[in-house]
Amino acid sequence: MKAIATLFVALLLATPVLAKEAAPLAQDPAVEQRMINITSELRCLVCQNESLAASQAELAGDLRNEVRDLIKQGKTDQQIKDYLVARYGDFVLYRPPVKPTTWLLWGGPFLFLIVGVGALIAFLRRRGRQVAEATLTDEEKTRAEALLKADQ
Amino acid sequence: MNRFIIPLIIFFVLVGFLAVGLRLDPREVPSPLIGKPAPAFDVPQVDAGKTFSPKEMLGKVWLLNVWSSWCVSCRAEHPLLVAAARQGSLPPVVGLSYKEVRGDSEIDVSGMTPEQELRLARSRAEAWLTQHGSPYVLTALDVDGRVGIDYGVYGVPETYLIDKAGIIRYKQIGPITPEALQQKILPLVKELEK
Repeated sequence: MKAIATLFVALLLATPVLAKEAAPLAQDPAVEQRMINITSELRCLVCQNESLAASQAELAGDLRNEVRDLIKQGKTDQQIKDYLVARYGDFVLYRPPVKPTTWLLWGGPFLFLIVGVGALIAFLRRRGRQVAEATLTDEEKTRAEALLKADQ
Repeated sequence: MNRFIIPLIIFFVLVGFLAVGLRLDPREVPSPLIGKPAPAFDVPQVDAGKTFSPKEMLGKVWLLNVWSSWCVSCRAEHPLLVAAARQGSLPPVVGLSYKEVRGDSEIDVSGMTPEQELRLARSRAEAWLTQHGSPYVLTALDVDGRVGIDYGVYGVPETYLIDKAGIIRYKQIGPITPEALQQKILPLVKELEK
């Protein structure tokens, strides 16, 4: 029993030591948080379906370091993004900028919506006309009335 | 009959888009640096004691070939460059050894001083060039990959064609193929050399 208690105390004492060891990884939590915010909006060029924040690729690690340095130099988020776009192109941005080459990309969904709504309206109008044209003969009318009455 | 024409047209348009999409290589991201001045740098060469800066090449059309000894596609590309350089059909080629030591996943650089890493990079690059032949007029060492970041390198090998005014005119992503050399790079070199 005493041995277990000693072990427990020893473990309690050891925990703060472990915690201290992890400290150098995130030297400055504010810088680290900003770095993650910026890089999660950027695409890694090596593993193209991963963000720069999440990628394990070597280049992503280098670029995260670069972003840390730029933050420490006092650059704004936009300046840091511009820095990377100047080197790797708009492709690194998960939110592409709106400009002539991306108009179709941004406007495409709305274009499809307009075409779809247009097609729907045309379809409904045509159907409305077809339904109106279907008139009943006198014989059918009396049969229909008889059926309706029988139902009551 | 009319009912089927519109879906058929939509179908073929879609097939057209997919067919084109299949032929595009998502690895080839167009470089924003084309038409812009080649970023400046000043790094040591494999020849100890010398440094290299792109401004030394002003007035010449030249190629900057980024490579590494740990890069498998570079090994595939290398014989083509060596043969073309020997024939004299290439403009001057500057080699840029990219992260020779720290890029090799088998080596841990955390305990190395920058001087040690530079020395190791130099000896490894030199050994590789002795073994496989050198198409380069000189080889510069980008030990930490900072030059690579400025040039937007994201996978070696990559090759930049730079004109007399120091403007980047073309970027080959991935190994130079004989077709790319004959159909794109050499005609462009000839045009730029006029």
